[in-house]
Amino acid sequence: MVNAMGWGERLQAALKEAGIAALITFALICVIIGLKTDIGPDGLEITQRWDLVASGVAIVFVGRLLLRLVVWGPEGQGRGLFSSIPKAREMPWLGKVLGVALLAIAITLPFYSGRYVVDLGILVLTYVMLGWGLNIVVGLAGLLDLGYVAFYAVGAYSYALLAHYFGWSFWLCLPLAGILAGFWGIILGFPVLRLRGDYLAIVTLAFGEIIRVVLLNWYQFTGGPDGISGIPRPSFFGIPFSRGEDGFAATFGLDFTSMHRIIFLYYLILILALITNAVTLRLRRLPLGRAWEAMREDEIACRSLGISTTNTKLSAFAIGAMFGGIAGSFFATRQGFISPESFVFMESALILSIVVLGGLGSQIGVAIAAIVMIGGFEVFRELEQYRMLIFGALLVFIMVNRPRGLMARREPSIVLKERKAIGADLVAQGEGHR
Amino acid sequence: MARVRACARRCIGTTAVPALPVRLQRPAKEQRQFRARRVPANVSGNSMEYFIQQLINGVTLGSIYGLIAIGYTMVYGIIGMINFAHGDIFMIGAFIALIAFLVLSAVAGGALVLVLFVTLLVAMLLTSVYGWTVERVAYRPLRQSFRLAPLITAIGMSIFLQNYVQIAQGARVKPLPPQIEGGFILMETETFAVNLSYIQILIVVLTVGLMIGFTFLIQGTALGRAQRACEQDKKMAALLGVNIDRTVSITFVLGAALAAVAGLMFLLYYGVIDFFIGFLAGIKAFTAAVLGGIGSLPGAMLGGLLIGLIETFWSAYFSIEYKDVAAFSILAIVLIFLPSGLLGRPEIEKV
Repeated sequence: MVNAMGWGERLQAALKEAGIAALITFALICVIIGLKTDIGPDGLEITQRWDLVASGVAIVFVGRLLLRLVVWGPEGQGRGLFSSIPKAREMPWLGKVLGVALLAIAITLPFYSGRYVVDLGILVLTYVMLGWGLNIVVGLAGLLDLGYVAFYAVGAYSYALLAHYFGWSFWLCLPLAGILAGFWGIILGFPVLRLRGDYLAIVTLAFGEIIRVVLLNWYQFTGGPDGISGIPRPSFFGIPFSRGEDGFAATFGLDFTSMHRIIFLYYLILILALITNAVTLRLRRLPLGRAWEAMREDEIACRSLGISTTNTKLSAFAIGAMFGGIAGSFFATRQGFISPESFVFMESALILSIVVLGGLGSQIGVAIAAIVMIGGFEVFRELEQYRMLIFGALLVFIMVNRPRGLMARREPSIVLKERKAIGADLVAQGEGHR
Repeated sequence: MARVRACARRCIGTTAVPALPVRLQRPAKEQRQFRARRVPANVSGNSMEYFIQQLINGVTLGSIYGLIAIGYTMVYGIIGMINFAHGDIFMIGAFIALIAFLVLSAVAGGALVLVLFVTLLVAMLLTSVYGWTVERVAYRPLRQSFRLAPLITAIGMSIFLQNYVQIAQGARVKPLPPQIEGGFILMETETFAVNLSYIQILIVVLTVGLMIGFTFLIQGTALGRAQRACEQDKKMAALLGVNIDRTVSITFVLGAALAAVAGLMFLLYYGVIDFFIGFLAGIKAFTAAVLGGIGSLPGAMLGGLLIGLIETFWSAYFSIEYKDVAAFSILAIVLIFLPSGLLGRPEIEKV
């Protein structure tokens, strides 16, 4: 086909296509970008920005032309952008090597890096933990939860309120926050037992928003939009990180620096995240975890085999929520201040995209996705207002090109003879719960 | 309030993830309802007049929700996915309408009716290009994929569109002074006057007109037949010569055009928009679509009306702070007890 069409014809076709693309772009951006409204002295005023529109249209025209002529070839749209990246299925050792390497880096990180990197590490690890927690619900049990941030909020507020009203310590509240969030997982899980797929997603989203709205409006109890400040910092098992006589530094004969607390927080969240990972990996081998995965693949078949989908779903919600709650109380103690503003739908979307982009059900994929996304946000910090735009576009782009995520690989937890890795593209994820 | 925000910013500043600018002050929509309320609930909260006023307000709001809900219900009917970005298409429609209105009224001067009509057409046209593009870019490549994939791209699209408008038009709210003023006073007592404004009449009449037009479109034209065929069985429809891609594209275009109408109505009714209006309006319209039975056009309209009424009465008689909670709770309750909605067909589970 390539030879059948001469260069002249090819160029003509490409020009036509690029022209159409440019025209559509013009229709899209002429009003929204071309005419900016600003509040002036007498009502809204319009600033014309045709230079921006012209450059946008020109970029699309040239880009499309080049793509068609150079990258795609004349026929179809060869979406081969990611084909050069090896599929994880072909390299089963890759995940293990990466995992060990990442773990080694994570453990040694505070020894050779400064405060900024360790702070960033804490943030990334928080999202790794949240991602792993949500992975139980979405990746293993196949229940699409768009309101995961609700459990994060429950955990954070549990610790903040218990500390605020009763003065309980972090170490007591940490498991309590997890248990409370787990209970909320069950409470919110009950009504949605019968729902599947998209409906489940929307109802969980609604629950997430309800919890946020309540936190925002229950002024007497939660402080409303003011949030709760002065949340106690964690202590080293009772020894505070303070300058005084009985502080951490003095007790262990070290010079006082504020880095001690940061490094402690870093290792704390690392351990919490690793516990999440270990529990998930163990659970996958237990009947419960196998029931989750069976339910994900086909709920009806699962029910026919005598598995109680009620228990399976509720346990997935509860355990996923528990880890979210623990991460939440860690977040509260790390920030020292929480408000409903930290628990918006965007957070749920971010955590979910970490799980999905990492490859549903893949632990190492989630970790890599969290590093890439949160690290990416940090790298593009300068471009404050553009990074969410880029985030949205990337989400679409990656999903379109690699719908199974970056590390799409499944390893069966139970085998008959030999261990074979299954590419996730062979598994009908999501058909089962529809 | 400013102090609170500054404090929040300072304390959350270390978080790399930018929270969406959740506005701590009341959104514009609620301000309007405060204005419409005028009389404190305890003065005439039980009076008949107050009730009728809320009924009128609720029907108006419900019409707007209904128009957006049609976009959800058509898309769900035809490709079985929740077009999460539809609320943002509505928001873009409102912005295009605002800008087109400003430009046109500067050009044409006083001819308000003409200006509004042309604004409507421009907004519908340009917003449908958005609808078409979103489908083409984010959903079509994933039509064969597993069910989660298009939902994720829809969320991505929603985030993209919100931030796109925020960057292009600024984050501040855009006020538009009331263009259609006046109305009828239906009932009057010493403390309260029931007001039926022209804009409310316009919204309801336009909605009813569009509904009739749409019902005809679906029931009586080749396009509607193709849509219904795709809804039932895409493969079979394709074998019988229905162009699936084209039908799906047109569905998105129609949904976006209706969202643009809703956007213009919203703009005229509330007089203020910002880039974040799409999120809540989208969820409520989706609730409306589900309540009415997803896939059913009259259902979407009925659901929209019910949601509008429930929200208005809830704000009027209970608490305005929790009105979103009311809408979300209805969504959950309906899905749990009445999964196929009021007018929808029950979904048959094939093994």
